[in-house]
Amino acid sequence: MPTFVYMTRCDGCGQCVDICPSDIMHIDPIYRRAYNIEPNMCWECYACVKACPQHAIDVRGYADFAPLGHSVRVRREEEKGTVSWKIKFRDGREKNFVSPIRTTPWGSIKSPADYDRPSQDALKAQELSHEPEKLHIDALPALPPQ
Amino acid sequence: MGLFTSRKTVFVDSDILVIGGGFGGCGAAYESRYWGRDLKVVVVEKANIERSGAVAQGLYAINCYMGMRWDENQPEDHVRYARNDLMGLVREDLGYDIARHVDSSVHMFEEWGLPIMKNEETGRYLREGKWQIMIHGESYKPIIAEAARKAATEVYNRIMVTHLLMDKTRPNRVAGAVGFSVRDGNFYVFRAKAVIVAAGGASHIFKPHSVGEGMGRTWYAPWSSASAYALPIQVGAKMTQMENRIVLTRFKDGYGPVGAYFLHLKTYTENAYGDDYEATWYDSIKELVGDYVDHQPVPTCLRNHAFLQEIKAGRGPIRMVTKEAFADPHKETVGWENFLGMTIGQAVVWASQNIDPKETNPELIMSEPYVMGSHATCSGAWASGPEDYAPADYQWGYNRMMTVEGLFGAGDTIGGTAHKFSSGSFTEGRIAGKSAVKYVSDMGHGAPQVDEAEYEALKKAVYQPMETYDVGRNEIVAGTVSPSYLLPIQGLQRLEKIMDEYVGGTSTNYLTNEPMLTRGMELLGMLKEDINHLGADSLHQLQRAWELHHRVLASESVARHTMFREETRWPGYYYRADHPQLDDDNWHCFTLSRRDPGTGEWAMEKAPVHHIID
Repeated sequence: MPTFVYMTRCDGCGQCVDICPSDIMHIDPIYRRAYNIEPNMCWECYACVKACPQHAIDVRGYADFAPLGHSVRVRREEEKGTVSWKIKFRDGREKNFVSPIRTTPWGSIKSPADYDRPSQDALKAQELSHEPEKLHIDALPALPPQ
Repeated sequence: MGLFTSRKTVFVDSDILVIGGGFGGCGAAYESRYWGRDLKVVVVEKANIERSGAVAQGLYAINCYMGMRWDENQPEDHVRYARNDLMGLVREDLGYDIARHVDSSVHMFEEWGLPIMKNEETGRYLREGKWQIMIHGESYKPIIAEAARKAATEVYNRIMVTHLLMDKTRPNRVAGAVGFSVRDGNFYVFRAKAVIVAAGGASHIFKPHSVGEGMGRTWYAPWSSASAYALPIQVGAKMTQMENRIVLTRFKDGYGPVGAYFLHLKTYTENAYGDDYEATWYDSIKELVGDYVDHQPVPTCLRNHAFLQEIKAGRGPIRMVTKEAFADPHKETVGWENFLGMTIGQAVVWASQNIDPKETNPELIMSEPYVMGSHATCSGAWASGPEDYAPADYQWGYNRMMTVEGLFGAGDTIGGTAHKFSSGSFTEGRIAGKSAVKYVSDMGHGAPQVDEAEYEALKKAVYQPMETYDVGRNEIVAGTVSPSYLLPIQGLQRLEKIMDEYVGGTSTNYLTNEPMLTRGMELLGMLKEDINHLGADSLHQLQRAWELHHRVLASESVARHTMFREETRWPGYYYRADHPQLDDDNWHCFTLSRRDPGTGEWAMEKAPVHHIID
């Protein structure tokens, strides 16, 4: 379902342009608002919909096979750590779902450089970073040399 | 002044250059930094690593997790599983290597904040199947990207890498890469001691079922433009199993995945008349592939084959029986959230067509073919195996180094290692990252040197489509039809038609033969000439132009490998009608290709499959 942008909600901030994996959300040079320049290269991944601070982006199912009258709306709230969905069928039925998106604060991942510097011997061995501890078994499995 | 001459050249020096910031690239960046504390690690990405690659949309399951800490599986078991699914042909050394490390990657993901579902009774990760665990993965990619950003010295988003650069002081050694910024149009020359290709596999090389607005709703992401293959092929790296394209059984039109439905929700398929059909085809499959049909679980391609035969027999559509499972509210929630977490379009299709699986058993379809290296398929570059146990002829250097010195790969890029999925691709990136650090540490003096003449020539070539468009557009009044150039979409649609009709796409029921391949390659040859006349009216279209170049080169490789393997190894993925049976006497082997970068000539050979696991 390709995305489209509501004229009255978009303020042209460009966050959708910045995030779109397909590079198809662009700013219209006349209206200074975003639009989908290439709907047939849209994967309906919703990255732009989730990123839009104005909730200006929606989707309309691909014309090839999706009859009109449906909607799948999303609200992704990083502070709350949830993503909420509202599905509306063509015949009016609704379904709602909420899922967690993250269990730790955003930005809290440690750089690998914050851990003790590994030895040159460790570099030559087969264990990767944080192994074997992070495997939660005693030792990295191995096969006999062939 | 020509357009290209006004483009600034930006030089970026690094020790390790990671091309592609998906799961493979993020793993490579993390591990490169862990082992190479003083090295400069640069990630370059076509989009924005926050939401790029195959997992941009999220995932609802991690499909490769051993659970060694609970003694659920051992790495050997995963090798047997992948080997069975791929009809005997996998790089067991590489597969074992991913399997023995993958649990530590998944444990790191959980520590970083990925919500992994738990089995309330056992406290262990909730299993969807023997290898799969269930997650709330809407933010899977942003979480992994955060780790990669912390690890990398610099991340360059919105730069499309078009070519690798080779060392001018030593043959067959990589020296970096070039590309252009899709935002400011500058030309980038990345000079590096080691390069890790972690780019994407290939959607849109075969014509998709939907060709209008819906052509973007491919199973694999439309931005997976075969750079994983084109970049190594361009510099003469050997490739393997490029004929091993994958076809997926999926929910119709949205390509919603069926794994959770089969494994967790215990739904099942039936034909239009309510009959189980797989058993019907048992005898005829046995005639084609012999004992492989008796392997458990039944290989993915053979299940596809039964599906396809049933459709051809006129008993479609095939449906997934969901009504019983969806009577359970928990299962209904899982069924929907499974799509919302990774294939939102399927939810849209169902909402638009009033399909509530509680009341309607939804249709399934077999997709068009895709070429990639991380799902139930293993196309990719021929790579050196782990130092501690890989057979001698699978080892010529550092782990995950291709046949070009200093060129490493991970994820879709590396061939022979099916069923790695997101966690395995990240893990393979980690393996490649550590290897690249070793390679750089051992290098000492004599770092590779880029050749100014080479990158200047590439700069001219990279911007040529804009030049071509600028000149050609004045020839015509308006519109898209020009005698002087092809637009990228026009070239893409020609490629998809050729591959579809001659190399085993949906319009021939995945069937091809030697004469069809020969004709297909003639037409591909003309397309290769014509894409030197692409016209791009913007930087965005320039990106599309280079994506097409990459897709065409990968497609040629697919066609040549398909021609070379004179058997039907994976019925249900594709059929060599002139060699309809599996032939273990002659073809229990890998196919390898190398394109000579100087002449463009291809050489094909066989490589043995070493079964190092019983």
